[in-house]
Amino acid sequence: MSDITKQSLSELIKNIKDKKLSSTEVTKAFVERSEKSKELNAYVTEDFSAAIDKAKRFDENPNLDLKLPGIPMAVKDLFCTKNIKTTAGSKILNNFIPTYESTVTQNIWNEGAILLGKLNCDEFAMGSSNETSFFGNVQNPIDKDLVPGGSSGGSSSAVAAQLTPVTIGTDTGGSIRQPASFTGTVGLKPTYGSCSRYGIVAFASSLDQAGPMAQNVKDCALLHEVISSYDEKDSTSIDFKRNNYSKELTNNIKGKKIGIPKEYRVDGMPKEIEDLWKKGIDYVKNCGAEIIDISLPHTNYALPTYYIVAPAEASSNLARYDGVKYGFRADGENLIDMYEKTRSEGFGAEVQRRIMIGTYVLSSGYYDAYYLKAQKVRKLIKNDFDEAYKKVDAILTPSTPSSAFKIGEKTNDPVSMYLNDIFTVPVNLAGLPGISIPAGHDAKGYPLGLQIIGKAFDEQNILNIAYAMEEKINFKNKITDWWIK
Amino acid sequence: MSIDLKTIKHISKLSRISVDEKKAEKLAGDLNSIFEFIEKLNELKTANVEPLTSVAETTLKLRSDEVKSKNLREQIIKNSPQENEDYFVVPKVIE
Repeated sequence: MSDITKQSLSELIKNIKDKKLSSTEVTKAFVERSEKSKELNAYVTEDFSAAIDKAKRFDENPNLDLKLPGIPMAVKDLFCTKNIKTTAGSKILNNFIPTYESTVTQNIWNEGAILLGKLNCDEFAMGSSNETSFFGNVQNPIDKDLVPGGSSGGSSSAVAAQLTPVTIGTDTGGSIRQPASFTGTVGLKPTYGSCSRYGIVAFASSLDQAGPMAQNVKDCALLHEVISSYDEKDSTSIDFKRNNYSKELTNNIKGKKIGIPKEYRVDGMPKEIEDLWKKGIDYVKNCGAEIIDISLPHTNYALPTYYIVAPAEASSNLARYDGVKYGFRADGENLIDMYEKTRSEGFGAEVQRRIMIGTYVLSSGYYDAYYLKAQKVRKLIKNDFDEAYKKVDAILTPSTPSSAFKIGEKTNDPVSMYLNDIFTVPVNLAGLPGISIPAGHDAKGYPLGLQIIGKAFDEQNILNIAYAMEEKINFKNKITDWWIK
Repeated sequence: MSIDLKTIKHISKLSRISVDEKKAEKLAGDLNSIFEFIEKLNELKTANVEPLTSVAETTLKLRSDEVKSKNLREQIIKNSPQENEDYFVVPKVIE
Protein backbone atom coordinates (compact mmCIF):
# COMPACT_ATOMS: atom_id res chain seq x y z
CA MET A 1 0.00 0.00 0.00
CA SER A 2 1.62 3.22 -1.16
CA ASP A 3 -1.01 5.45 0.39
CA ILE A 4 -0.55 4.34 4.00
CA THR A 5 0.40 7.82 5.21
CA LYS A 6 -2.77 9.27 3.66
CA GLN A 7 -4.93 7.15 5.96
CA SER A 8 -6.51 8.60 9.06
CA LEU A 9 -5.64 7.22 12.48
CA SER A 10 -9.01 5.42 12.63
CA GLU A 11 -8.38 3.78 9.23
CA LEU A 12 -4.88 2.70 10.23
CA ILE A 13 -6.16 1.17 13.48
CA LYS A 14 -8.88 -0.70 11.59
CA ASN A 15 -6.40 -2.01 9.01
CA ILE A 16 -4.00 -3.17 11.71
CA LYS A 17 -6.82 -4.84 13.68
CA ASP A 18 -8.10 -6.51 10.48
CA LYS A 19 -4.51 -7.65 9.80
CA LYS A 20 -4.53 -5.89 6.43
CA LEU A 21 -1.52 -3.87 7.55
CA SER A 22 1.23 -4.64 10.02
CA SER A 23 2.66 -2.11 12.45
CA THR A 24 6.00 -2.53 10.63
CA GLU A 25 4.47 -1.55 7.27
CA VAL A 26 2.75 1.46 8.79
CA THR A 27 5.81 2.58 10.76
CA LYS A 28 8.10 2.20 7.75
CA ALA A 29 5.71 4.24 5.59
CA PHE A 30 5.73 7.16 8.05
CA VAL A 31 9.52 6.89 8.53
CA GLU A 32 10.08 6.97 4.76
CA ARG A 33 7.86 9.99 4.30
CA SER A 34 9.50 11.74 7.25
CA GLU A 35 12.95 11.01 5.72
CA LYS A 36 11.84 12.67 2.48
CA SER A 37 10.45 15.67 4.33
CA LYS A 38 13.52 17.03 6.12
CA GLU A 39 13.07 20.42 4.46
CA LEU A 40 10.00 20.99 6.66
CA ASN A 41 12.30 20.80 9.72
CA ALA A 42 9.44 19.34 11.73
CA TYR A 43 11.66 16.98 13.73
CA VAL A 44 14.24 17.96 16.34
CA THR A 45 15.11 14.33 17.17
CA GLU A 46 14.39 11.29 15.00
CA ASP A 47 14.09 7.85 16.53
CA PHE A 48 13.29 6.00 13.31
CA SER A 49 15.33 2.80 13.55
CA ALA A 50 14.20 2.19 17.13
CA ALA A 51 10.61 2.80 15.97
CA ILE A 52 10.89 0.14 13.26
CA ASP A 53 12.41 -2.30 15.78
CA LYS A 54 9.53 -1.65 18.18
CA ALA A 55 7.03 -2.16 15.35
CA LYS A 56 8.61 -5.51 14.49
CA ARG A 57 8.41 -6.57 18.12
CA PHE A 58 4.76 -5.49 18.21
CA ASP A 59 3.98 -7.59 15.12
CA GLU A 60 5.61 -10.69 16.65
CA ASN A 61 3.07 -10.66 19.42
CA PRO A 62 0.40 -8.08 18.56
CA ASN A 63 -2.07 -6.97 21.21
CA LEU A 64 -4.95 -5.81 19.05
CA ASP A 65 -7.15 -4.90 22.02
CA LEU A 66 -5.13 -1.75 22.62
CA LYS A 67 -6.50 1.60 21.47
CA LEU A 68 -3.40 2.54 19.43
CA PRO A 69 -2.11 -0.90 18.35
CA GLY A 70 1.36 -0.48 16.84
CA ILE A 71 0.60 3.06 15.67
CA PRO A 72 3.73 5.20 15.12
CA MET A 73 3.57 8.71 16.54
CA ALA A 74 5.86 11.72 16.81
CA VAL A 75 5.29 14.09 19.75
CA LYS A 76 6.12 17.70 20.58
CA ASP A 77 9.60 18.07 22.08
CA LEU A 78 8.13 19.55 25.25
CA PHE A 79 7.18 16.12 26.62
CA CYS A 80 9.90 14.33 28.57
CA THR A 81 10.63 10.96 26.99
CA LYS A 82 12.77 8.52 28.94
CA ASN A 83 16.26 8.14 27.44
CA ILE A 84 15.33 10.29 24.42
CA LYS A 85 16.67 13.84 24.24
CA THR A 86 14.06 16.46 25.18
CA THR A 87 14.98 20.04 24.27
CA ALA A 88 11.82 22.21 24.54
CA GLY A 89 13.25 23.92 21.44
CA SER A 90 16.01 25.46 23.55
CA LYS A 91 19.79 25.50 23.49
CA ILE A 92 19.73 25.31 27.28
CA LEU A 93 18.22 21.78 27.10
CA ASN A 94 20.07 20.65 23.97
CA ASN A 95 21.89 17.93 25.93
CA PHE A 96 19.06 16.94 28.27
CA ILE A 97 18.12 13.25 28.31
CA PRO A 98 15.22 12.65 30.73
CA THR A 99 15.40 9.71 33.09
CA TYR A 100 11.61 9.57 33.30
CA GLU A 101 8.55 9.68 31.03
CA SER A 102 5.75 12.25 31.00
CA THR A 103 2.37 10.83 32.05
CA VAL A 104 0.70 11.87 28.81
CA THR A 105 3.26 10.10 26.59
CA GLN A 106 3.26 7.08 28.93
CA ASN A 107 -0.52 6.84 28.44
CA ILE A 108 0.07 6.77 24.67
CA TRP A 109 2.75 4.04 24.80
CA ASN A 110 0.57 2.01 27.22
CA GLU A 111 -2.07 1.83 24.45
CA GLY A 112 0.45 0.39 21.98
CA ALA A 113 1.74 3.46 20.11
CA ILE A 114 5.39 3.74 19.06
CA LEU A 115 7.56 6.87 19.27
CA LEU A 116 8.78 8.16 15.87
CA GLY A 117 10.62 11.19 17.19
CA LYS A 118 10.37 14.60 18.83
CA LEU A 119 8.82 17.55 17.03
CA ASN A 120 10.09 21.11 16.79
CA CYS A 121 8.40 23.89 18.77
CA ASP A 122 8.93 27.46 19.86
CA GLU A 123 11.51 27.70 22.63
CA PHE A 124 9.78 26.70 25.89
CA ALA A 125 6.52 26.97 23.88
CA MET A 126 6.90 30.77 23.83
CA GLY A 127 5.87 31.89 20.37
CA SER A 128 3.14 31.78 17.75
CA SER A 129 5.16 30.88 14.64
CA ASN A 130 7.80 28.33 15.68
CA GLU A 131 10.42 30.99 14.85
CA THR A 132 11.81 31.17 18.40
CA SER A 133 13.05 27.55 18.27
CA PHE A 134 16.81 27.07 18.68
CA PHE A 135 16.48 24.42 15.96
CA GLY A 136 15.21 26.79 13.30
CA ASN A 137 11.99 27.57 11.48
CA VAL A 138 9.49 24.91 10.57
CA GLN A 139 7.92 25.05 7.11
CA ASN A 140 4.14 24.91 6.77
CA PRO A 141 3.33 22.17 4.23
CA ILE A 142 0.60 24.44 2.82
CA ASP A 143 3.15 26.77 1.18
CA LYS A 144 6.89 27.42 1.20
CA ASP A 145 8.20 29.96 3.72
CA LEU A 146 4.85 30.07 5.51
CA VAL A 147 4.90 29.64 9.30
CA PRO A 148 3.09 26.55 10.66
CA GLY A 149 1.91 28.53 13.69
CA GLY A 150 3.19 27.96 17.18
CA SER A 151 4.23 26.98 19.58
CA SER A 152 3.28 23.43 18.44
CA GLY A 153 4.53 24.22 14.91
CA GLY A 154 6.49 21.02 14.31
CA SER A 155 3.41 19.10 15.45
CA SER A 156 0.97 20.92 13.15
CA SER A 157 3.37 20.68 10.20
CA ALA A 158 3.96 16.97 10.78
CA VAL A 159 0.24 16.13 10.99
CA ALA A 160 -0.70 18.24 7.94
CA ALA A 161 2.21 16.77 5.93
CA GLN A 162 1.29 13.25 7.10
CA LEU A 163 4.64 12.53 8.74
CA THR A 164 2.71 11.18 11.74
CA PRO A 165 -0.93 10.01 11.83
CA VAL A 166 -1.70 12.20 14.86
CA THR A 167 0.34 13.99 17.50
CA ILE A 168 0.17 15.79 20.79
CA GLY A 169 0.99 19.41 21.50
CA THR A 170 0.67 21.75 24.46
CA ASP A 171 -1.44 24.89 24.66
CA THR A 172 -0.74 27.75 27.08
CA GLY A 173 -2.36 30.58 25.10
CA GLY A 174 -3.31 28.96 21.79
CA SER A 175 -0.30 26.77 20.96
CA ILE A 176 -2.42 23.84 19.75
CA ARG A 177 -5.40 25.65 18.22
CA GLN A 178 -3.55 28.40 16.30
CA PRO A 179 -1.10 26.03 14.53
CA ALA A 180 -4.00 23.65 13.80
CA SER A 181 -5.85 26.57 12.21
CA PHE A 182 -2.75 27.57 10.17
CA THR A 183 -2.29 24.05 8.75
CA GLY A 184 -5.86 22.89 8.11
CA THR A 185 -5.82 20.37 10.97
CA VAL A 186 -7.85 19.74 14.14
CA GLY A 187 -6.47 20.66 17.57
CA LEU A 188 -8.06 20.33 21.02
CA LYS A 189 -7.01 22.25 24.13
CA PRO A 190 -8.60 20.27 26.98
CA THR A 191 -10.00 21.62 30.24
CA TYR A 192 -7.26 22.62 32.68
CA GLY A 193 -6.63 19.59 34.89
CA SER A 194 -7.80 17.05 32.29
CA CYS A 195 -4.35 15.93 31.07
CA SER A 196 -1.48 15.55 33.50
CA ARG A 197 1.30 18.14 33.36
CA TYR A 198 3.78 15.69 34.91
CA GLY A 199 6.88 15.49 32.72
CA ILE A 200 5.95 18.40 30.45
CA VAL A 201 8.61 21.13 30.40
CA ALA A 202 6.81 23.89 32.32
CA PHE A 203 6.04 27.30 30.83
CA ALA A 204 3.08 28.84 32.72
CA SER A 205 1.73 26.25 35.11
CA SER A 206 -1.75 27.72 35.67
CA LEU A 207 -2.37 27.74 31.89
CA ASP A 208 -0.41 24.82 30.34
CA GLN A 209 -2.41 21.86 29.00
CA ALA A 210 -1.45 19.00 26.68
CA GLY A 211 -3.86 18.07 23.91
CA PRO A 212 -4.33 16.05 20.71
CA MET A 213 -3.76 17.24 17.12
CA ALA A 214 -5.17 15.26 14.21
CA GLN A 215 -6.53 15.35 10.67
CA ASN A 216 -10.12 14.87 11.75
CA VAL A 217 -12.36 15.18 14.80
CA LYS A 218 -12.79 11.45 15.40
CA ASP A 219 -9.02 10.84 15.58
CA CYS A 220 -8.73 13.83 17.89
CA ALA A 221 -11.42 12.38 20.17
CA LEU A 222 -9.69 9.00 20.28
CA LEU A 223 -6.29 10.44 21.15
CA HIS A 224 -7.86 12.67 23.79
CA GLU A 225 -9.47 9.63 25.37
CA VAL A 226 -6.00 8.06 25.63
CA ILE A 227 -4.12 11.03 27.08
CA SER A 228 -6.70 12.37 29.53
CA SER A 229 -6.25 10.81 32.94
CA TYR A 230 -6.17 11.66 36.63
CA ASP A 231 -2.59 11.67 37.86
CA GLU A 232 -1.52 12.07 41.47
CA LYS A 233 1.90 13.24 40.26
CA ASP A 234 0.27 16.50 39.09
CA SER A 235 -1.31 18.33 42.04
CA THR A 236 -3.65 20.23 39.68
CA SER A 237 -4.83 17.09 37.88
CA ILE A 238 -8.58 16.75 38.40
CA ASP A 239 -10.31 13.50 39.30
CA PHE A 240 -13.52 13.49 37.22
CA LYS A 241 -15.34 10.92 35.15
CA ARG A 242 -13.73 10.79 31.72
CA ASN A 243 -15.71 9.67 28.69
CA ASN A 244 -14.84 7.25 25.93
CA TYR A 245 -14.83 10.35 23.77
CA SER A 246 -14.52 8.59 20.40
CA LYS A 247 -17.18 5.98 21.18
CA GLU A 248 -19.64 8.55 22.45
CA LEU A 249 -19.02 10.87 19.50
CA THR A 250 -22.25 11.90 17.75
CA ASN A 251 -23.17 14.40 15.06
CA ASN A 252 -26.57 14.93 16.65
CA ILE A 253 -26.39 18.43 18.10
CA LYS A 254 -30.08 19.28 17.70
CA GLY A 255 -31.24 21.83 20.22
CA LYS A 256 -27.75 22.72 21.42
CA LYS A 257 -27.44 26.40 22.23
CA ILE A 258 -24.39 28.01 20.61
CA GLY A 259 -23.26 31.47 21.74
CA ILE A 260 -21.78 34.06 19.38
CA PRO A 261 -19.77 36.64 21.37
CA LYS A 262 -19.98 40.09 19.81
CA GLU A 263 -16.62 41.15 21.28
CA TYR A 264 -14.79 38.70 19.00
CA ARG A 265 -15.67 40.94 16.04
CA VAL A 266 -12.37 42.81 16.47
CA ASP A 267 -11.15 45.92 14.61
CA GLY A 268 -9.24 45.18 11.47
CA MET A 269 -10.40 41.58 11.21
CA PRO A 270 -10.23 40.53 7.56
CA LYS A 271 -13.59 40.15 5.80
CA GLU A 272 -12.82 36.54 4.95
CA ILE A 273 -12.61 35.66 8.67
CA GLU A 274 -15.93 37.41 9.28
CA ASP A 275 -17.44 35.50 6.33
CA LEU A 276 -16.03 32.21 7.60
CA TRP A 277 -17.60 32.84 10.99
CA LYS A 278 -20.98 33.54 9.35
CA LYS A 279 -20.65 30.30 7.39
CA GLY A 280 -19.87 28.46 10.61
CA ILE A 281 -23.03 29.90 12.17
CA ASP A 282 -25.03 28.60 9.18
CA TYR A 283 -23.45 25.15 9.52
CA VAL A 284 -24.44 24.74 13.16
CA LYS A 285 -27.93 26.09 12.39
CA ASN A 286 -28.25 23.48 9.64
CA CYS A 287 -27.36 20.86 12.22
CA GLY A 288 -30.34 21.95 14.28
CA ALA A 289 -28.49 24.00 16.88
CA GLU A 290 -29.81 27.29 18.15
CA ILE A 291 -27.73 30.48 17.80
CA ILE A 292 -27.74 32.93 20.71
CA ASP A 293 -25.94 36.28 20.78
CA ILE A 294 -23.84 36.65 23.91
CA SER A 295 -21.39 39.11 25.40
CA LEU A 296 -17.95 38.44 26.89
CA PRO A 297 -17.28 42.04 27.89
CA HIS A 298 -13.68 41.62 29.10
CA THR A 299 -12.36 39.92 25.94
CA ASN A 300 -10.16 42.90 25.06
CA TYR A 301 -8.35 42.61 28.37
CA ALA A 302 -7.40 38.96 27.95
CA LEU A 303 -4.14 39.48 26.06
CA PRO A 304 -2.73 42.13 28.42
CA THR A 305 -3.69 39.86 31.35
CA TYR A 306 -2.02 36.90 29.70
CA TYR A 307 1.18 38.87 29.09
CA ILE A 308 1.46 39.46 32.84
CA VAL A 309 0.35 36.07 34.17
CA ALA A 310 2.24 33.86 31.69
CA PRO A 311 5.63 35.64 31.89
CA ALA A 312 5.33 35.86 35.69
CA GLU A 313 4.87 32.10 35.96
CA ALA A 314 7.54 31.51 33.31
CA SER A 315 10.12 33.63 35.12
CA SER A 316 9.56 31.51 38.20
CA ASN A 317 9.48 28.16 36.35
CA LEU A 318 12.59 28.93 34.32
CA ALA A 319 14.63 29.88 37.39
CA ARG A 320 15.61 26.20 37.52
CA TYR A 321 17.88 26.57 34.47
CA ASP A 322 21.03 27.59 36.25
CA GLY A 323 23.72 25.46 34.63
CA VAL A 324 24.11 23.31 37.76
CA LYS A 325 21.75 20.35 37.77
CA TYR A 326 21.15 19.75 34.07
CA GLY A 327 21.29 21.48 30.71
CA PHE A 328 23.78 23.87 29.16
CA ARG A 329 26.47 25.57 31.28
CA ALA A 330 28.66 28.52 30.24
CA ASP A 331 31.95 29.06 32.05
CA GLY A 332 32.01 31.94 34.49
CA GLU A 333 34.51 33.60 36.80
CA ASN A 334 32.36 32.78 39.81
CA LEU A 335 28.97 31.23 40.60
CA ILE A 336 26.89 34.35 39.81
CA ASP A 337 28.84 35.00 36.62
CA MET A 338 28.28 31.38 35.59
CA TYR A 339 24.50 31.70 36.20
CA GLU A 340 24.25 34.94 34.26
CA LYS A 341 26.30 33.75 31.28
CA THR A 342 24.55 30.36 31.18
CA ARG A 343 21.12 31.99 31.02
CA SER A 344 22.21 34.73 28.63
CA GLU A 345 23.77 32.27 26.18
CA GLY A 346 21.35 29.39 26.78
CA PHE A 347 18.00 31.20 26.37
CA GLY A 348 16.89 32.84 23.11
CA ALA A 349 15.68 36.44 22.80
CA GLU A 350 11.93 35.82 23.25
CA VAL A 351 12.45 33.68 26.36
CA GLN A 352 14.77 36.30 27.88
CA ARG A 353 12.21 38.99 27.09
CA ARG A 354 9.46 37.05 28.88
CA ILE A 355 11.63 36.22 31.89
CA MET A 356 12.42 39.93 32.20
CA ILE A 357 8.72 40.92 31.94
CA GLY A 358 7.82 38.28 34.53
CA THR A 359 10.59 39.29 36.88
CA TYR A 360 9.56 42.94 36.61
CA VAL A 361 5.84 42.36 37.30
CA LEU A 362 6.68 40.23 40.32
CA SER A 363 9.34 42.55 41.68
CA SER A 364 8.98 44.57 44.84
CA GLY A 365 6.78 47.64 44.32
CA TYR A 366 5.17 46.38 41.10
CA TYR A 367 3.47 43.17 42.25
CA ASP A 368 0.14 44.80 43.15
CA ALA A 369 0.07 47.08 40.12
CA TYR A 370 0.67 44.29 37.63
CA TYR A 371 0.43 40.73 38.89
CA LEU A 372 -2.39 41.15 41.39
CA LYS A 373 -4.24 43.39 38.92
CA ALA A 374 -3.93 40.71 36.23
CA GLN A 375 -5.22 38.00 38.57
CA LYS A 376 -8.26 40.16 39.30
CA VAL A 377 -8.94 40.77 35.62
CA ARG A 378 -8.51 37.05 35.04
CA LYS A 379 -11.38 36.56 37.48
CA LEU A 380 -13.54 38.99 35.48
CA ILE A 381 -12.74 37.09 32.28
CA LYS A 382 -13.72 33.80 33.89
CA ASN A 383 -16.93 35.39 35.25
CA ASP A 384 -17.83 36.45 31.68
CA PHE A 385 -17.73 32.80 30.58
CA ASP A 386 -19.64 31.63 33.68
CA GLU A 387 -22.40 34.14 32.86
CA ALA A 388 -22.49 33.11 29.20
CA TYR A 389 -22.76 29.43 30.07
CA LYS A 390 -25.98 30.09 31.96
CA LYS A 391 -27.51 30.71 28.52
CA VAL A 392 -25.51 28.55 26.09
CA ASP A 393 -23.89 25.11 25.83
CA ALA A 394 -20.87 26.19 23.76
CA ILE A 395 -19.39 29.24 22.03
CA LEU A 396 -18.37 29.56 18.37
CA THR A 397 -15.61 31.97 17.29
CA PRO A 398 -12.86 32.19 14.66
CA SER A 399 -9.63 30.47 15.80
CA THR A 400 -7.28 33.24 14.69
CA PRO A 401 -7.63 36.79 13.36
CA SER A 402 -5.77 35.88 10.13
CA SER A 403 -4.46 32.95 8.11
CA ALA A 404 -0.81 31.85 8.33
CA PHE A 405 1.81 34.54 7.63
CA LYS A 406 5.25 34.41 6.07
CA ILE A 407 8.38 33.48 7.99
CA GLY A 408 10.04 36.69 9.23
CA GLU A 409 6.92 38.82 8.77
CA LYS A 410 6.25 39.48 12.45
CA THR A 411 9.52 38.69 14.22
CA ASN A 412 10.48 42.34 14.83
CA ASP A 413 7.26 43.32 16.52
CA PRO A 414 6.47 41.25 19.63
CA VAL A 415 3.06 42.85 20.17
CA SER A 416 1.81 42.11 16.63
CA MET A 417 2.95 38.51 17.14
CA TYR A 418 1.06 38.35 20.45
CA LEU A 419 -2.17 39.54 18.75
CA ASN A 420 -2.34 36.19 16.92
CA ASP A 421 -3.65 34.62 20.10
CA ILE A 422 -6.47 37.09 20.71
CA PHE A 423 -9.24 34.46 20.30
CA THR A 424 -7.48 31.58 22.02
CA VAL A 425 -5.94 33.19 25.14
CA PRO A 426 -9.25 33.86 27.00
CA VAL A 427 -9.95 30.10 26.93
CA ASN A 428 -6.69 29.32 28.76
CA LEU A 429 -7.25 32.10 31.30
CA ALA A 430 -10.66 30.59 32.14
CA GLY A 431 -9.32 27.00 32.08
CA LEU A 432 -11.90 25.88 29.50
CA PRO A 433 -11.70 23.36 26.64
CA GLY A 434 -11.50 24.68 23.07
CA ILE A 435 -11.17 22.97 19.72
CA SER A 436 -10.09 24.41 16.37
CA ILE A 437 -11.38 22.79 13.19
CA PRO A 438 -10.51 23.69 9.59
CA ALA A 439 -13.48 25.49 8.06
CA GLY A 440 -12.38 27.06 4.79
CA HIS A 441 -9.64 28.82 2.82
CA ASP A 442 -8.75 32.46 2.32
CA ALA A 443 -8.12 34.09 -1.08
CA LYS A 444 -4.53 32.78 -1.07
CA GLY A 445 -5.76 29.23 -0.54
CA TYR A 446 -4.49 29.11 3.06
CA PRO A 447 -6.63 27.29 5.63
CA LEU A 448 -8.78 29.09 8.19
CA GLY A 449 -10.13 27.63 11.42
CA LEU A 450 -13.15 27.99 13.63
CA GLN A 451 -13.01 27.51 17.40
CA ILE A 452 -15.65 25.92 19.60
CA ILE A 453 -15.27 26.71 23.30
CA GLY A 454 -16.98 24.50 25.88
CA LYS A 455 -17.86 24.44 29.54
CA ALA A 456 -15.22 22.99 31.84
CA PHE A 457 -15.01 19.16 31.49
CA ASP A 458 -17.46 19.27 28.56
CA GLU A 459 -15.01 18.07 25.89
CA GLN A 460 -17.59 15.58 24.61
CA ASN A 461 -19.99 18.36 23.71
CA ILE A 462 -17.47 20.45 21.73
CA LEU A 463 -16.14 17.32 20.01
CA ASN A 464 -19.72 16.49 18.98
CA ILE A 465 -20.32 19.99 17.64
CA ALA A 466 -16.99 19.86 15.79
CA TYR A 467 -17.90 16.42 14.40
CA ALA A 468 -21.27 17.65 13.14
CA MET A 469 -19.73 20.77 11.59
CA GLU A 470 -16.88 18.80 10.00
CA GLU A 471 -19.42 16.73 8.08
CA LYS A 472 -21.12 19.86 6.71
CA ILE A 473 -17.88 21.75 5.97
CA ASN A 474 -16.24 18.83 4.12
CA PHE A 475 -12.85 20.59 4.23
CA LYS A 476 -10.04 19.37 1.97
CA ASN A 477 -6.49 20.42 2.75
CA LYS A 478 -4.53 21.60 -0.30
CA ILE A 479 -1.12 19.95 0.11
CA THR A 480 1.03 19.59 -2.99
CA ASP A 481 4.11 17.89 -1.45
CA TRP A 482 6.17 20.83 -2.81
CA TRP A 483 9.05 19.96 -0.44
CA ILE A 484 9.53 16.43 -1.78
CA LYS A 485 12.11 16.47 -4.58
CA MET B 1 5.37 54.74 32.23
CA SER B 2 8.72 54.10 30.73
CA ILE B 3 11.32 51.45 31.51
CA ASP B 4 14.79 52.99 31.39
CA LEU B 5 18.19 51.35 31.01
CA LYS B 6 18.79 51.47 34.75
CA THR B 7 15.60 49.44 35.33
CA ILE B 8 16.60 46.96 32.60
CA LYS B 9 19.94 46.44 34.34
CA HIS B 10 18.14 45.91 37.64
CA ILE B 11 15.71 43.34 36.17
CA SER B 12 18.54 41.56 34.38
CA LYS B 13 20.35 41.23 37.70
CA LEU B 14 17.22 39.81 39.37
CA SER B 15 16.72 37.46 36.40
CA ARG B 16 20.35 36.33 36.45
CA ILE B 17 20.69 37.10 32.75
CA SER B 18 23.73 39.12 31.73
CA VAL B 19 22.86 42.03 29.46
CA ASP B 20 25.28 44.31 27.57
CA GLU B 21 24.49 47.88 26.49
CA LYS B 22 23.24 46.95 23.04
CA LYS B 23 20.95 44.21 24.33
CA ALA B 24 19.72 46.47 27.14
CA GLU B 25 18.61 49.11 24.63
CA LYS B 26 16.79 46.57 22.49
CA LEU B 27 15.09 45.09 25.59
CA ALA B 28 14.05 48.55 26.82
CA GLY B 29 12.34 49.23 23.48
CA ASP B 30 10.58 45.86 23.42
CA LEU B 31 9.49 45.99 27.06
CA ASN B 32 8.17 49.53 26.70
CA SER B 33 5.96 48.56 23.77
CA ILE B 34 4.74 45.47 25.65
CA PHE B 35 4.00 47.46 28.83
CA GLU B 36 2.18 50.12 26.83
CA PHE B 37 -0.08 47.29 25.67
CA ILE B 38 -0.43 45.93 29.22
CA GLU B 39 -1.40 49.34 30.65
CA LYS B 40 -4.87 48.82 29.13
CA LEU B 41 -5.77 46.92 32.31
CA ASN B 42 -5.80 50.22 34.21
CA GLU B 43 -9.07 51.09 32.46
CA LEU B 44 -10.76 48.54 34.74
CA LYS B 45 -11.80 49.13 38.34
CA THR B 46 -10.91 46.00 40.30
CA ALA B 47 -10.83 47.12 43.94
CA ASN B 48 -13.66 44.71 44.87
CA VAL B 49 -12.64 41.77 42.69
CA GLU B 50 -11.14 38.64 44.21
CA PRO B 51 -7.93 37.61 42.40
CA LEU B 52 -8.10 34.30 40.56
CA THR B 53 -5.15 32.14 41.52
CA SER B 54 -6.30 28.82 40.08
CA VAL B 55 -9.04 27.80 37.66
CA ALA B 56 -9.13 24.32 39.16
CA GLU B 57 -11.76 24.74 41.85
CA THR B 58 -10.62 21.84 43.97
CA THR B 59 -8.65 21.70 47.15
CA LEU B 60 -5.32 19.96 47.00
CA LYS B 61 -5.49 16.29 47.83
CA LEU B 62 -3.52 15.00 50.77
CA ARG B 63 -1.40 11.89 50.49
CA SER B 64 0.30 9.77 53.09
CA ASP B 65 3.84 10.87 53.84
CA GLU B 66 5.81 7.90 52.65
CA VAL B 67 8.85 7.31 50.47
CA LYS B 68 7.81 6.01 47.07
CA SER B 69 10.98 6.30 45.03
CA LYS B 70 14.46 5.64 46.27
CA ASN B 71 18.01 5.25 45.02
CA LEU B 72 17.58 7.99 42.44
CA ARG B 73 21.04 9.51 42.98
CA GLU B 74 22.42 8.27 39.71
CA GLN B 75 19.39 9.49 37.76
CA ILE B 76 19.46 12.87 39.44
CA ILE B 77 23.15 13.45 38.75
CA LYS B 78 23.05 11.99 35.23
CA ASN B 79 22.34 15.20 33.32
CA SER B 80 24.57 17.54 35.33
CA PRO B 81 27.06 19.55 33.24
CA GLN B 82 29.83 18.78 35.72
CA GLU B 83 29.83 16.17 38.46
CA ASN B 84 32.20 14.60 40.91
CA GLU B 85 30.88 11.15 41.79
CA ASP B 86 27.92 11.99 44.01
CA TYR B 87 27.93 15.78 43.83
CA PHE B 88 27.02 18.65 41.53
CA VAL B 89 30.11 20.78 40.90
CA VAL B 90 29.89 24.59 40.78
CA PRO B 91 32.54 27.33 40.57
CA LYS B 92 34.21 28.02 43.91
CA VAL B 93 31.86 29.97 46.22
CA ILE B 94 34.00 30.55 49.35
CA GLU B 95 37.36 32.30 48.96
